[in-house]
Amino acid sequence: MNASKPLLSVECLTMQFGGLRAIEDLSMSARSAEVTSVIGPNGAGKTTFFNCLTGFYKPTKGCVKLTHPQHGELRLDEMRNVDVARVGQVVRTFQNIRLFPRMTVLENLMIAQHNVLQEASRFSIAGMFCSRSYRRANDKAIENALTWLERLSVRELANKPAGDMPYGVQRRVEIARAMSAGPILLCLDEPAAGLNPRESSELTALLTTLSREQGIGILLIEHDMSVVMKVSDHIVVLNHGKKIAEGPPDAIKANPDVISAYLGEDDETSLHDEASQERSAHA
Amino acid sequence: MSSTATQEMNLHFRVRDALGAAVVAGLVGLPMLGLTTRDGANGLEVQTRWALLGAFIVIAFAGRITLQMLLQRFHLFSKRRLRARPVPEVTGNGSLVWAGAACVAFAVLLPALFAGNRYVVDTATTVLIYVMLGWGLNVVVGLAGLLDLGYVAFYAVGAYTYGLLSTHFGLGFWQCLPIAGGLAATFGVVLGYPTLRLRGDYLAIVTLGFGEIIRLVLVNWGDVTGGPNGISSIPKPTFFGLPMQAPGEGPTFASVFGLDYSPGQRVVFLYYLILVLALLTNLLVSRLRRLPVGRAWEAVREDEIACKAMGINVTNVKLSAFATGAMLAGFGGVFFAARQGFISPESFTFSESATILAIVVLGGMGSQLGVVLAASLLVILPELGRDFSEYRMLLFGVAMVFIMIVRPGGLISHRRATVSVPGVEAKP
Repeated sequence: MNASKPLLSVECLTMQFGGLRAIEDLSMSARSAEVTSVIGPNGAGKTTFFNCLTGFYKPTKGCVKLTHPQHGELRLDEMRNVDVARVGQVVRTFQNIRLFPRMTVLENLMIAQHNVLQEASRFSIAGMFCSRSYRRANDKAIENALTWLERLSVRELANKPAGDMPYGVQRRVEIARAMSAGPILLCLDEPAAGLNPRESSELTALLTTLSREQGIGILLIEHDMSVVMKVSDHIVVLNHGKKIAEGPPDAIKANPDVISAYLGEDDETSLHDEASQERSAHA
Repeated sequence: MSSTATQEMNLHFRVRDALGAAVVAGLVGLPMLGLTTRDGANGLEVQTRWALLGAFIVIAFAGRITLQMLLQRFHLFSKRRLRARPVPEVTGNGSLVWAGAACVAFAVLLPALFAGNRYVVDTATTVLIYVMLGWGLNVVVGLAGLLDLGYVAFYAVGAYTYGLLSTHFGLGFWQCLPIAGGLAATFGVVLGYPTLRLRGDYLAIVTLGFGEIIRLVLVNWGDVTGGPNGISSIPKPTFFGLPMQAPGEGPTFASVFGLDYSPGQRVVFLYYLILVLALLTNLLVSRLRRLPVGRAWEAVREDEIACKAMGINVTNVKLSAFATGAMLAGFGGVFFAARQGFISPESFTFSESATILAIVVLGGMGSQLGVVLAASLLVILPELGRDFSEYRMLLFGVAMVFIMIVRPGGLISHRRATVSVPGVEAKP
């Protein structure tokens, strides 16, 4: 682990919905070129945590700081969701896939590069007349998109509507779309849900190479322990909105609190997990 | 299950279904047909017409069964057709391009084909106005997915801008065109801003209200707009400064080109003018659709939250859609005012908005060629029905219902991708 400033640091984050405290006093950090996983039983507040990071919710208390290579320290909790993505370059995926279903896979990836292209098109005026700079930006965006489609082995589907794809492919397209936006921090909300074992082992390999090779930070919410244990450099465990453990995978595996959170209420939790896995497998 | 059993069950179901229809017919018919009033000796008398009511119910029963049989025969009601949202094909389709080119060629040749037939050219001009409005609304409804029921307001803004500027300040058609477009776009943003957070039904209600506000302002602000009397003697557009009128003082179109003046020249000129405006609109919209802003419009229609997560400023995207749509309606309005020479709030009622929306929906959301077909249909169908004017709207309604049953996605539900990779097989 490097000693420099972490890419993302969350301090004393609390999120309250009326009487429900979804996240309580959570502090954690994530580094570049590492995979940090957030795990916990259902309803532990993982997705709420993502929504706080990416500006979809305003946290009740606490702060979220991003160390951006160009813009310095950014307070993500004070930014709108659009700016978190545009300025902060924090890109997320969703638990229930949110592609643009009637547009083609390639178009989906082009939309991810909207801000660059929009600037190149100069309020659409330069774009209207096909100026050279716009054409160049456009070609570059297509090339970038195709590179990522190739990486996720969905290039041959580029011209098909994204909504027509099988579930596993849609997951990959969503990751390709997020990557083509050029993130410095990628937040993946259950990317392995609904994938078959082969697909999820491919995902594992992909996430590791992405973080190492691109030097981006990856924040991962995941239920599939085989994926989490293989890819994570660092794991944060949540239960009822509180952090109950933090550390490298081996330490987490052995942590008695984690085991009791997951297995303590053995029957119910594991059944629930199985049910949810089955559900997503059907989807 | 054997086929006879299915048939029996079908018959059973049919009879029950038809009985239901008969009961409804009875309930509706009782006050409408069963009872009638007559001038009697002691004022109004209530009379009963049981035979008529009975006949009505029997007709409803028999009609329902026949209808169901016919529908099954033609498989119109198969499940496949009733699927809520058909996934349109995305891939490029050469035949549509040819159809579009053929339409343009036909439109260019039309005045020559129907030379001397003023009625046809006039109707075609009306069709083209609706085509242009349809293309404009297509940006808002078809691409950006914002259901706008007050679109006619921007049309009115354009028309009144030209009407007022030309009669009070003597500005010409070509000077007013950009002014009206800009003003309508401003109104589009003004309307768009408060509705940014609204979606679907709520947005529809607010835009509907906006349309009515504009119309009521036009009716009541008599000092400026002329109130219900409207604005009359609006000048006609000129051909690069040459008026289309009988020779008099100064050069006219006919005198400069050494032609004999005929009133038909102006009709043809107006036709070509709106054709050029419509083609420019089409060029603009189809170009914008391929630009980042156009893709963002469609992305907002598909999933707003995903757009935000991708760093797209949804506010700007929606406002640009409203502004572009409104601007095109403004252009259309200027032409309308110039062509009619007279405008009043009567021309900008809700039914006009509904017609334009019907054109977009009927044509297939987002489809340019679909708008042309639907606009032709919606203008020409009532024209054809002139001979039996009482049933005109009925005919119109039946046609609409029929089209929506047969093609629930609109006449052309095909979507063309804005960007594609060559060398990759496109069809699934």
